[in-house]
Amino acid sequence: MTRVVYGVAGVVLFVLLWKAAGVFAWVRPGTLPDPFLLPDAFLQEWQSDRLLPAVGSSLIHYFWGLGLGTLFGILVGMAAATVHRFDMLQAYLARILRPIPPLAWVVFAIAWFKVSHAGAAFVIAIGVFWVNYFATYSAVRNIDPRFYELARSFGQGGYWRRARSITLPAIAPGTLAGVRTGIGQAWMTLIAAELLGVPGMGQEMNAAAGVGAYEAVVVYMLAISLVYALCDLVYGLIERRVLAWRP
Amino acid sequence: MASVMEFDRLSYTHPGAAGPVIQDLSLAIEAGSFVAVVGGSGVGKSTLLRVAAGLIEPGGGSMRFTLPQRPGRRRRAVVFQDGRLLPWRTVSDNVAYGLETLDIDAAQKRERVTEALSLTGLAEFGDRWPHQLSGGQAQRVGIARALAVKPDILLMDEPFSAVDALTRRKLQAELIRLWQASQSAVMFVTHDIDEAVFLADRVVVLGGQPASVVENLAIDLPRPRDRTNPAFADAVAHLSARLGVE
Repeated sequence: MTRVVYGVAGVVLFVLLWKAAGVFAWVRPGTLPDPFLLPDAFLQEWQSDRLLPAVGSSLIHYFWGLGLGTLFGILVGMAAATVHRFDMLQAYLARILRPIPPLAWVVFAIAWFKVSHAGAAFVIAIGVFWVNYFATYSAVRNIDPRFYELARSFGQGGYWRRARSITLPAIAPGTLAGVRTGIGQAWMTLIAAELLGVPGMGQEMNAAAGVGAYEAVVVYMLAISLVYALCDLVYGLIERRVLAWRP
Repeated sequence: MASVMEFDRLSYTHPGAAGPVIQDLSLAIEAGSFVAVVGGSGVGKSTLLRVAAGLIEPGGGSMRFTLPQRPGRRRRAVVFQDGRLLPWRTVSDNVAYGLETLDIDAAQKRERVTEALSLTGLAEFGDRWPHQLSGGQAQRVGIARALAVKPDILLMDEPFSAVDALTRRKLQAELIRLWQASQSAVMFVTHDIDEAVFLADRVVVLGGQPASVVENLAIDLPRPRDRTNPAFADAVAHLSARLGVE
């Protein structure tokens, strides 16, 4: 309970400071949105039918990009960590491609997919891919080899049996933590990709900023925060269920 | 009586080691018998057990099963020193692990799990997670998992060395009961001579560098064994002398 009181107090304090910064002109006038005007700005965005379509559009990019990036990241990470030849084959390639920031791919996303949902999903998927690839790869590498001994001793030593009975459950905590990181990372990339032109919350933000409607910008920022918090909450519940065996 | 497992002039060299750890080791384990393997640290007891378990290939000589494989059973099952339960499986599902690849139907599998759990006193624990068990309970689950596959031979690698002394005594007595109720032979690796004499029909002493069998002593004491029996102390003293410990 004390936590809640302090938490709310922190938010209130922040908003008051923010308001004060405007009232006492601590920053250049006209560049700081008024926090007390945010509800109005929210209503306006809602009623002019811009907020919900923007959220919907962003969610399409988000789920496709996140889904494909996660799927391929886990598959490739697992293959690299368990098939020695494939590991050697991909090692240098991964080292070359990994440092390229996902946003650098926006150029090709636009060239290949034009300004479309697919382009945004593509950029998101790249970032998410690497997060999951590394999480899964290192989770597989960290499996206690004694579990593999156990598998062999009890007739589950073949590649697929071993993968199903040992590797997959053993990497679940590491891989699922990677997926969770990906959920956050996808949001960051998403907004940045949309700032570059794909329709969605990022683009609406950019448009609002262009006409100096900073309150609207903040409305979109808060919407981003809210949608992310919801995604993370739902995922956290799923993760807890899947990993119920952990102390 | 027929043997279940035979080692014939077995040799093994650890990868990268200068010389073999085991050389020309020959040993036959009779079907249904309880054989304890003792020896100093690093003498090659665990190596022998790992060869028996099929986890490493012999460098020379051979290890073979002499009985035909029977359907619905495994030739061998291992009980590890560290219990080695899969933390993401419940106790029941851990016990079922070795059954999953056996050619028996689902009802039989469930029956075997229930039977193994009740034999080991774990009937109430089927739905627990491994982290909710004590060390002794975890080791019991390891034994139940091995017994569930009805192995011709049960391979045990110092299974009670990580539990406290009292639990250890209890588990020893329980193991004898379980073994007598099963039709399995047991190969039990330990560094504890008292434990070996308490449990085994036959105590095999490994010694030398490289190691081979330096003593193969039949223990003909009646069961349940009485540690205060002078013959028990004699056997312990004899084996201690053989191992060079007093």
